[in-house]
Amino acid sequence: MSWIIFLILFPLAPAVLLLLFRSVSVQKWIVLVASALICVAAIGLAVTCTGAQPKYFSITSSVVNKLVIAGDIILALAFLFVCRRLSLKWYWIPLLVIVQYGAVVFYDLSGRVPAVTQPLFVDNLSVIMALIIGIVGCLITVYTVGYMKHYHEEHPDVPDRRGSFLAAIFLFFFAMYGIIFSNSITWIYFFWEITTLCSFIMISYPRTEEAWHNAFRALWMLLLGGLAFSMAILYASDSCGTVDFRHLLQMNKSAVLLPILLICFAGMNKAAQFPFAKWLLGAMVAPTPSSALLHSSTMVKAGVYICLRCSPILENTASGAVVALIGGLSFLAGSAIAISQRDGKKVLAYSTIGNLGLIILCAGVGSHWALWAAVLLIIFHALAKALMFLAVGTVEQQTGSRDIEDMHGLISRMPLLTITMLVGIAGMFLAPFGMLISKWAVLEAMAIRSPIYPPIVIFGGSLMLFFWAKWMGKLIAVVGPAPQRERGIGIEWTALFGLAVLTVLTCALYPFVGYYLIQPLYGQDPILSQGSICMVGIMLGLMVLLPLGFFIHWKNLVHVEPYLSGANVSDPHQFMGSLGNARQWSFRNYYMGKFFSEEKLFRGSLVGSIALMVLMFVMEKL
Amino acid sequence: MNAFFWIAGYILLAPVLGGLINGCDRIITARMQSRVGPPVLQPFYDVFKLMEKDNLTVNRFHGYYLFIFLAFMLVSGAMFFGGQDLLMVIFAFIVADMFLVLGAYSTNSPYSSIGAERELLQMLAAEPMMLLSAVGFYMVTGSFHVSEIVACDKSLILYLPGVFAGFCYVLTIKLRKSPFDLSTSHHAHQELVKGITTEFAGPSLALIEIEHWYETILLLGMIYLFFAFNPIVAVLVTLFIYFLEILIDNANARVKWELMLKSAWLATIILGGGNLLVLYFILHG
Repeated sequence: MSWIIFLILFPLAPAVLLLLFRSVSVQKWIVLVASALICVAAIGLAVTCTGAQPKYFSITSSVVNKLVIAGDIILALAFLFVCRRLSLKWYWIPLLVIVQYGAVVFYDLSGRVPAVTQPLFVDNLSVIMALIIGIVGCLITVYTVGYMKHYHEEHPDVPDRRGSFLAAIFLFFFAMYGIIFSNSITWIYFFWEITTLCSFIMISYPRTEEAWHNAFRALWMLLLGGLAFSMAILYASDSCGTVDFRHLLQMNKSAVLLPILLICFAGMNKAAQFPFAKWLLGAMVAPTPSSALLHSSTMVKAGVYICLRCSPILENTASGAVVALIGGLSFLAGSAIAISQRDGKKVLAYSTIGNLGLIILCAGVGSHWALWAAVLLIIFHALAKALMFLAVGTVEQQTGSRDIEDMHGLISRMPLLTITMLVGIAGMFLAPFGMLISKWAVLEAMAIRSPIYPPIVIFGGSLMLFFWAKWMGKLIAVVGPAPQRERGIGIEWTALFGLAVLTVLTCALYPFVGYYLIQPLYGQDPILSQGSICMVGIMLGLMVLLPLGFFIHWKNLVHVEPYLSGANVSDPHQFMGSLGNARQWSFRNYYMGKFFSEEKLFRGSLVGSIALMVLMFVMEKL
Repeated sequence: MNAFFWIAGYILLAPVLGGLINGCDRIITARMQSRVGPPVLQPFYDVFKLMEKDNLTVNRFHGYYLFIFLAFMLVSGAMFFGGQDLLMVIFAFIVADMFLVLGAYSTNSPYSSIGAERELLQMLAAEPMMLLSAVGFYMVTGSFHVSEIVACDKSLILYLPGVFAGFCYVLTIKLRKSPFDLSTSHHAHQELVKGITTEFAGPSLALIEIEHWYETILLLGMIYLFFAFNPIVAVLVTLFIYFLEILIDNANARVKWELMLKSAWLATIILGGGNLLVLYFILHG
């Protein structure tokens, strides 16, 4: 219990301190110490609280509940405060705030919301989430310290408010820990909306026209989720007579399906599933660490987490199948659109939407094997995606571009950074790394359920392979001797190397994660069988050992210039043109804009997903 | 113990068998073109000769990718003949192919790179059907393990005719035979020169040849699974399918990638997906 309270409340301390102290070096130490403490506490929680049975904790004092109501009111005022910048045309954004908070606070104050006797709990899923937030989140925070220094050197026009940016990160941790340890949906709602506010603060950080625009778009989209959540609270209080999440999940399916669907709606909204994908794409305008944070350990993971919690109710219902289809659609569309993207961060964003779609698909199916796969996906995706974002952020700072075509031959210019990126990409799609173990688990889980889901997983996976592979190919092209450009990367290495090692290590340790953390939750799974572990072990061993051979200097190699149909000139990057003059040759990747055009696919997916959302609520009656 | 012999058999005998099949392929191809053709052992002569040549290389890294390529090909084949999980076999197969692609990219040569890009397209076109076949096997036999699929006494082909047809369709892509020899082909000169293998010469090229033999045996092994209820029929059908591949190879000109991708995906969805859908309703209806 003490670990939980510490994890929830402690991040507030550095958040406040960071706002108070303006000195950069003081801020750095606050971040380092606080991150280390959160990490240790998360591991401490994992060591002490892991077990087959969830533990529930009662809080007798009614003060805490009053604090949450007060918090709700303060949040509502904060939302209204940020809306002051909006023109009247956007009147409905403050309206969204007023409606949802008005209703929830009214219900709370008039005593219609039943009390929850055990508002805090912990089980293995919370522990896994706590570890991800603690370890991945803190590595990102440490990276942020170094990143923001360069960021403000490069963007002198952006007012230096890095203290508030770092404070927002810690506020995020506070909210995330609140979400994963709360058993009362009113509490979850309170923390839920804090994450919305934090993401608003982060996205609007550059204070440009575009940043404001994207921040407000994210705000209204996420507030829609909040609205659904508040409706779930009202419905649960009136019709189900409880807002205790555990009791809700134990009730008769037909009685609680509607509030659970509303919560899932909020979850999918936060997880940037279609039709809400746009907010996550817009969030890229912010400094890179915020993308890393939103995409990997916080925010979107809160969305899939809540859907996973709801999955026992969704299992074997028509609405659950529709939830799975929405996830499947996002998986396919996200992966397909990523093929046509050149902007590294945009590829990452679409792949996040895709991978989260896969997790939602598992949550909608809800069988034990599917949930197994979903948890593995959450873990591995958090690590690899955080690594990718941080690496792309550093590349952007070093070269001034995040266009994948500009990363041609990066291995020759920045070998170390490229290797961390290669680990990240391999972690995203190559066997036997994490994401592929997960995809394997997904396929094994889906093959028995229905003939619709496996093709979705298979096609999405193949699309993913294509865009990751061509990115990888760009990075490893050896362009010959080139000036070394890895300069001025300081504390960022800690995060980059840390995440790269963790990406490989968790893959090696997945049997332990599965055995101690996931098996008590969801029971046996075929991917924990001895044969499977053995195969993954052999492949992982090869994957780690074989690349060492690149360092061997092979004898008796005869060096030649690349084949250019005999039109070579002395410079290998040029060829003899038909007029007898040397011309530069260049090679670009395939983007297949005709097949996978963003515009068309995005519009189609919007229409499809909105139709599915409507269908989801209609099906509730069946 | 049995699995151990199979794995050892694959690693030792697959290149021999694959080379012989390749030799027959060349004779049959020659006869179809009214030529006499090389002796059946010609592929082996070629490889031995390549081994003795200079190892020409653009940079010191790209040749090494082929070792990893071969290693994962062996792992994939060994898992298949060792009776392991078919999904993992296919994933390892993909990893192997990936390293060939990465090697080609690493050369930073335009012909090689475009071959690599096309090889990725071939993977994009062919993989869904291969994985879907595995799902089909699972739906009939209740297991992804090759050992259990082989041991199943049901005649899989009767349950999975569509999946089988789809698999044969993408087999042409996987064997890189015309009309789907986009990334590279055995013909001497073409618009891509040698595509993905442009920058591999001498011993490196020999390695790719040997790997191709392993690959052929593994793919034919997957065809075998459809008829595993009767080994004699299975071997005959497998050989017949390979003969068909040769026929198609000789009767078709190369197509553009758009047509390959569209047709392969259509075949996957209609033949493969349709088959699974019908099967689901038969089994659970």
